[in-house]
Amino acid sequence: MTHVQQGRRRRGAERSMVPEADFTSYYGRPIVKPSPWEADIPAYLFAGGLAAGSSLIAAGADLTGRPTLRRAGRLAAVGALGFSMAALVHDLGKPSRFLNMLRTVKLTSPMSVGTWILSTYGPFAGAAAAAEVTGLLPERYGRTSPLPLVSWLGRPAGLVAALTAPPVAAYTAVLLADTATPAWHSAYKELPFVFVASGSAAAAGLGMIAAPTAETAPVRRMAVAGALAELAMEHRMERSMGVTAETLHQGKVGRLMRAAKVLTAAGAAGALLAGRSRVVAAASGAALLLGSACTRFGVFEAGQESAKDPKYTVVPQRERLEREGPVRYHP
Amino acid sequence: MTSLFGENDLWGPLDPTKDAGYGEDRPKRKGFFTDTSICIGCKACEVACKEWNDVPADHFDMLGSSYDNSHSLNANQWRHVAFIEQPTRAEPRQTVDLGMPVRAPSRPPEEEPGEDAEKPDFRWLMSSDVCKHCTHAACLDVCPTGSLFRSEFGTVVVQDDICNGCGYCVAACPYGVIERRRAPEGDKNVGIAQKCTLCYDRLGAGMTPACAQACPTQSIQFGDVDELRERADARVAELHEAGIMDARLYGNDPDDGIGGAGAFFLLLDEPEVYGLPPDPVVTTHDLSRMFHRATTAAAFMLAGAVVSFLGRRR
Repeated sequence: MTHVQQGRRRRGAERSMVPEADFTSYYGRPIVKPSPWEADIPAYLFAGGLAAGSSLIAAGADLTGRPTLRRAGRLAAVGALGFSMAALVHDLGKPSRFLNMLRTVKLTSPMSVGTWILSTYGPFAGAAAAAEVTGLLPERYGRTSPLPLVSWLGRPAGLVAALTAPPVAAYTAVLLADTATPAWHSAYKELPFVFVASGSAAAAGLGMIAAPTAETAPVRRMAVAGALAELAMEHRMERSMGVTAETLHQGKVGRLMRAAKVLTAAGAAGALLAGRSRVVAAASGAALLLGSACTRFGVFEAGQESAKDPKYTVVPQRERLEREGPVRYHP
Repeated sequence: MTSLFGENDLWGPLDPTKDAGYGEDRPKRKGFFTDTSICIGCKACEVACKEWNDVPADHFDMLGSSYDNSHSLNANQWRHVAFIEQPTRAEPRQTVDLGMPVRAPSRPPEEEPGEDAEKPDFRWLMSSDVCKHCTHAACLDVCPTGSLFRSEFGTVVVQDDICNGCGYCVAACPYGVIERRRAPEGDKNVGIAQKCTLCYDRLGAGMTPACAQACPTQSIQFGDVDELRERADARVAELHEAGIMDARLYGNDPDDGIGGAGAFFLLLDEPEVYGLPPDPVVTTHDLSRMFHRATTAAAFMLAGAVVSFLGRRR
């Protein structure tokens, strides 16, 4: 960005001492309602991405003969998945009725589709992890059936888990975007890319922590690519969000998003430049994990804030009205 | 865009009842026409709704903003009367009898003689808001359990015993109508989504919804949506003829962003003045595009992992 543009932006900020976007509301009260979701949901967004990325890494490690990385990936996937399920159930208003999610398949509901994606992915991720656990058991258990079968199923189950994992990371973006929450809906074009990149970077970070550097060359590449993609797509997302992008820069959300960028960039730099050092690899991995978590919490909270302020509902609709007139169906 | 959905399933004019699979013997679509130009702000609709539907009153307090003491539409408020005190605008306004109570200014007539003294220097806008029962109802479309459903009357209703309180509908509604009930503690529906049912039980018995029944000025009119739309067109034309050029209909057009509301309004100012979104579009309008973006992103994630493992050993 050039200095001229920065200068303009600063002058704009000075002018914003006066209310910049002129809009009316009913006594400043919100129009749309923020989701009733709490920290469970952004934590789930993070854990879901981590699980998906870890299953991909585990399958890659399995096929390329990297046993420590494979074990770390499979166990991380099932751990993150278990956490996800607990968070999702806990966040329900009636947790005892969580199975009602399975009474229908509804393509218009990203939450229904997501439930079925998780229900498909989960058992395979679980089976792959079970194979890993049997490998950790003492030798004498190995001869009693059905443990050899469980162990043998590790590879096919892990491969299916890897193939069904990317939708786990991607659908959560649609889950947020398919709402009237201004900062989520306006980000629908880029949010899936931000989320899959964030999930890849986080899982690669965990791989860098858990496996010896001799095995982590692929995850270092994945870390750098994921982190760069996350930063680039996040930048692009902000440009297409219009006025709601403001919510990503204000208050707590602003701090989270800045932290996400710094941590993600630092993690990528560490992985690229000194990933063969065990210490740097672990530190970079931790930075990537934290960065991914900050991104999820930041995007989540930006949406909540955008719903609480009528400005973000009224101004974009008014801008569109001025630009294109009222939205009307044209066959 | 995608063949997963039928024509106009997600966007555009549609008979929602037929689309939901009801047969040819289905009743006509029912709805409300709320004519705010004759609302007197008596709140009889709010009271009748709470009484009939057993909606708890748990947040009664004055807000310091006009006479509004019921906040907003929410889980425990299925009709909400908005009160707007508005200074009269600079442009000369012709006084027309709307059937609204008009109060003469209290200052002594000798200070400002002439016709102006008869006109108040502000106006009241009062409007009884309610669930719009959208043709394309985002709450219904995103509900993962099927708790929210389209009734045979074309209305959108929550099945209390199915809802698991996921809260997705809350974030999806473009009007901020539906909400998860938080209080009072011990209420059987705490934790699940609640909103206007257009008195589904009364409709089934051939009765008028409680709010419309209680409205003393016929500001809330209940009937077949087709007929109400005609009535609304006639009323707005009548007001325009009388010089009330601010009168406009809101939510009546089947071509609009939600496919037309089952409950629509005649307003005397911009929608946002009443706390309504100016030009809402149902989020599922973009669902096909979201699906494609997410699918592409997932493919990239898979490809990225494959490429990462194809590289050099170290």
